[in-house]
Amino acid sequence: MQFQFSSFADFLMMDGHGIYVWISYAVTFAALTALALYPWITRRRIQRELQRQQRIVQRRRKVTKERMAVVESA
Amino acid sequence: MAWQWFHRLGSPRWFYQKTGAWLPWLALASAVLLIVGSIWGLGFAPEDAKQGNSYRIIFVHVPAAFLALAGYYLMAVSGAIGLIWKMKLAFAVMRAAAPIGAVLTFIALFTGAIWGKPTWGAYWVWDARITSMLILLFLYIGVMALSQAVNREQVADRACALLALVGTVNIPIIYKSVDWWFTLHQPATLRLTEASSIDPSMFYPLLTVIIGFYCMYAWTLLTHTRTLLLRREIRTKWVQQVLTEGK
Repeated sequence: MQFQFSSFADFLMMDGHGIYVWISYAVTFAALTALALYPWITRRRIQRELQRQQRIVQRRRKVTKERMAVVESA
Repeated sequence: MAWQWFHRLGSPRWFYQKTGAWLPWLALASAVLLIVGSIWGLGFAPEDAKQGNSYRIIFVHVPAAFLALAGYYLMAVSGAIGLIWKMKLAFAVMRAAAPIGAVLTFIALFTGAIWGKPTWGAYWVWDARITSMLILLFLYIGVMALSQAVNREQVADRACALLALVGTVNIPIIYKSVDWWFTLHQPATLRLTEASSIDPSMFYPLLTVIIGFYCMYAWTLLTHTRTLLLRREIRTKWVQQVLTEGK
């Protein structure tokens, strides 16, 4: 097995077919990368949403506690 | 209990914990196989006698098309399992498979169009194989759209499963299209039952990329399904634990 091209420029050109070959590989790579990153981005979004909900719950609990204290002291 | 494993398989939590350990290995395997296979195919496989160097597109075109078809089977079978056994996890797998399949079908169509220019002289031809692949893309997009369009999750699950099952009619048509209608697309290069019409020097890099695509597919399907489960089960304690601990 040996490298089929005489130089790197030759490798890029591929006898005029280089543009077709390289575009195909680039688009495939980009599409697969997007597919791989998507769950990671979604997960971050879910995480932020959960944090937001937890903050709201905590704040509500705090307010309720304060009000209860006011009611009890009165 | 003989059926215990089957019920356990239906538990999102069990699935999430079990598959977490496989992910790094699958990622490693797919990265190595895809990089090695691509370099092999791009630089070291010999030039094709008829098509010259443009044939090197085969090393992304064929694996993507393979997985686009296999992915459809997987989506339809998961849908059927979900319908029959009312298994939430199966529906999650089905939904996760739709965007992945759509992207793979897109890759197959796009690289095929690019390959068509130097080989046939046109980017797009209404050839039987290409048209049936375009229908496959629409089926995948249909499942994705349907899963977003219906608000009630269980109804959406069933509707998607039905659409996926009906769409399986298209799969044998795609396989057989190159034999039934002898149009532009070349007949299958790899055959299981008879000798493949490809030289070993081109076959081995192709095989490497195909196995790499399979690993990549498994990894992507697992990560997509896992994220989907997190979203669906966000009210449960284990999901909140997973999300806050960042595991």
